[in-house]
Amino acid sequence: MGLTNILILTAMVALALFTVMTRSLLRAAIGLALTSAVLTVMMFRLGAPLAGVFELSVCAGLIPVIFITVISMTKPMKKEEAKEFAIERWSRFWILPIIVVIAAILLFTAHIKFDAKLPPVHAESDVRDMMWGARQLDMLGQVMVLMAGAYGILVLFKEMKKRW
Amino acid sequence: MVAIELLLPFSFFIALIFIIGLYCVVATFDLIRLIIGLELLIKAVTLLIIVVGYLSKHPSLAQSMVITLIVIEVVVMSIAAGVVLNIYLYNKSLDARNIRNLKG
Repeated sequence: MGLTNILILTAMVALALFTVMTRSLLRAAIGLALTSAVLTVMMFRLGAPLAGVFELSVCAGLIPVIFITVISMTKPMKKEEAKEFAIERWSRFWILPIIVVIAAILLFTAHIKFDAKLPPVHAESDVRDMMWGARQLDMLGQVMVLMAGAYGILVLFKEMKKRW
Repeated sequence: MVAIELLLPFSFFIALIFIIGLYCVVATFDLIRLIIGLELLIKAVTLLIIVVGYLSKHPSLAQSMVITLIVIEVVVMSIAAGVVLNIYLYNKSLDARNIRNLKG
């Protein structure tokens, strides 16, 4: 599998854990963007550059911006309230790193061969041919989903503007 | 080497990311963190699709599926963000325990 791949995947798990464990919502959004960026590296290594570019631009770029916009539009908690909330949150989340370590140990005992050599990237038909040839109907579905999304955002934010 | 044996080391890390995302969704009451947990679950699935495409020698098919997944993901996240903001405007709170209006 290669040491580099193992390091990249370990970094991804660590960043995911940081995203969930951190107290600050802003840090969580940034952690999520970094997780996406590391996933992009893995995608490039596994012969999926176009999907990697999408992941980097949309998931590491656009989605954290949406999160940060939502966070900035909501009022932060007062100091005492935040302190109380942090303690209460810690009581629910302290166990997560332990669960992850236990799960890792359990999975590690399943005789996984981490040193297995990966085959070279297989050059199949072009991804554009695949999208516009074999999956035409799916593309139509995607366009409809995007239009529904745009309409949904329009309605939701219009409603919000009225009440603001 | 059999593809499943090559898939196992990747599944090890994918399972860990999935567990982290699932725990976040189950344990949190904060609506924004709930969406973040959902996002982590999708990340694990994305990696799984890419790895399976690579090992089954169909990387183009896997890529096109991941692109579809990303499109759906961004629409779901945007709508969820709009819904969360509207809930905040109504209830002045992002805590799911304070949203009892729709109960029943």
